[in-house]
Amino acid sequence: MSVAVTSTVVVRQSRAPYLLSAPALLLFAGVVLVPIAMTVILSFHDWGQYKGIDPVFILKNWREVIEDGYFHEMFLRTLRISVLVTLFAAVFGAPEAYILNRMQKPWKGIFLLVILGPLLISVVARTLGWALLFGGETGVINKALLNMGVIQAPIPFMFTETGVVIALSHVLMPFMVLSVWAGLQRLDPQVENAALSLGASHMTVLRRIVLPQVMPGILSGAIIVFALAASAFATPAIIGGRRLKVASTLAYDEFLNTLNWPLGAAVATLLLVALVAIIVGCNRLVERRYAQVFQ
Amino acid sequence: MPFLALEALTKRFGDQVAVDALDLAVEQGEFVSLLGPSGCGKTTTLQMIAGFVEPTSGAITLEGRDLLGIKPSQRGLGIVFQSYALFPHMTAAENVAFGLEMRNVLRAERDQRVTQTLALVGLGALADRYPRRMSGGQQQRVALARALVIQPRILLLDEPLSNLDAKLREEMQIELRQIQRTVGTTTILVTHDQAEAMALSDRIVVMNKGKVEQVGRPHEAYEKPASAFVAGFLGKTNVLPGSVRRENGTSVAVIGDGRWPVADDVGDDVTVSVRPEKIDFTDSAAGSIGGTVRTRIFQGNHWLYQIETPCGLVTVIRQNAGQTVPAEGVAVRLTWRPQDMAIQPAAAATR
Repeated sequence: MSVAVTSTVVVRQSRAPYLLSAPALLLFAGVVLVPIAMTVILSFHDWGQYKGIDPVFILKNWREVIEDGYFHEMFLRTLRISVLVTLFAAVFGAPEAYILNRMQKPWKGIFLLVILGPLLISVVARTLGWALLFGGETGVINKALLNMGVIQAPIPFMFTETGVVIALSHVLMPFMVLSVWAGLQRLDPQVENAALSLGASHMTVLRRIVLPQVMPGILSGAIIVFALAASAFATPAIIGGRRLKVASTLAYDEFLNTLNWPLGAAVATLLLVALVAIIVGCNRLVERRYAQVFQ
Repeated sequence: MPFLALEALTKRFGDQVAVDALDLAVEQGEFVSLLGPSGCGKTTTLQMIAGFVEPTSGAITLEGRDLLGIKPSQRGLGIVFQSYALFPHMTAAENVAFGLEMRNVLRAERDQRVTQTLALVGLGALADRYPRRMSGGQQQRVALARALVIQPRILLLDEPLSNLDAKLREEMQIELRQIQRTVGTTTILVTHDQAEAMALSDRIVVMNKGKVEQVGRPHEAYEKPASAFVAGFLGKTNVLPGSVRRENGTSVAVIGDGRWPVADDVGDDVTVSVRPEKIDFTDSAAGSIGGTVRTRIFQGNHWLYQIETPCGLVTVIRQNAGQTVPAEGVAVRLTWRPQDMAIQPAAAATR
């Protein structure tokens, strides 16, 4: 009798976590998994100018995306932009976080707000700000550079990869700073003093002691920045425009301008798969490389 | 000329004085402890010697050379930090080798010295282990080896044992003393643990509120505390109010209903400190004060008493030598030798 009672209690207890998380799980399945599954299925459907979407199973869209040089160019450009943005974010964001961490009390808070402030403003507004700064020959940056005599002819920023990379780096910088910042918090402040006392110069301390310890932070920041850069829409759409398409704006155009939903779905799915593959791969690499030291 | 000299060393943070005109001379090969409660300025003093904190005024000289103009990285001092501050991304051997690398010591010699030093601290077998996979005691040894391998002119220890449990701490104390004797490096230890300071050092510098209260050998500072603060900080002590009077041509200290002859006039109102283990029970009324046993606690090798007297509660420690001992509630008389009392003017004690 008592055994039976106990066992039902155990069963009930083991079910409780599932029951409690069920609403969230259902919501997640409803708004994330189902649309993704539908997009994947959509990418195998046929489409014609006059017949619209035809629910059959064909590989036409996938063949087109994989074989057509036009799509290769788009995806390569997306990859190139994302890698460059990630590099810029790391090269500028990591020192930024380190300097921020060394600042004294009132300035620390003020500058942290300056760096994180952009997150409070809509991406569209920030990108339009960059568009004003770039804006062809009359843009603020080109005018300033021309007047200072640094350049002879205006640099084309709008509708170029240069412009997209600069604007995206700025937009995504806070994620890198935050990630490195978190890594720096775990650093024992005495470790730098210890290295100094052993005869290391400040540069050596940064290179040999600080950098290796914040590397996991830089790498996890890089993963976030890379993922956001590769799937960014607003910034490439405004700075790159219709002339300089990336994977996300390409998918948007297929959906809303050409109305070829299945092809757009194939592009979107390929972007998703590529991103997941790259991120999971990098994560594995990071974990294996640093497991021994930081676990 | 002393090996290391601190002269009128002062550090102010805003209007707070952390270290106040500190003078100290350390001889070569000596083991000196800076002992005091937290906030007494001992760590700030160490950091000034290390070069991480700049003094407001005063001088630090090492072998007659001014240290203050030299960068921390050029001072050639070995430091063991309270948190050990090991490099978590390097193995024990790499941690120890770091200082030698910075000195451009050749590979072969470097490896040999690293192996030697790790063996000295008893970690020969764990050279390839990362700090995360080591116990607190082992990390402590790596930190010590890392500081010693560069053959520092001075070894600075900042509360090195405070993160270890009591048993390990005792073991490390003995080991630390042995290693220091073997290597012969001049050592300055910062600690708030009086037992640690007494066990390890040749001399103790007792500090309070940025000032030196007493410098002396451990035994000397314990037996002849220069102030009530030192008496209270080094071991347990009873502080009793009393007065010094002249009776029949000689000075006597009057405490409760007891009288002790004293050498000189210290002032009318005095405080007397007596160590608990120096107090004995007696039957005679002369040179003793009366009281009642309030609590009696058996602690194996000794008995711990709290005696209620007219001067307040007095702690008494008697060795367990198999004698019969007074029970709780019994009236007793307490006595001690005149030389076991430290007498200060009452005003000084309230400082």
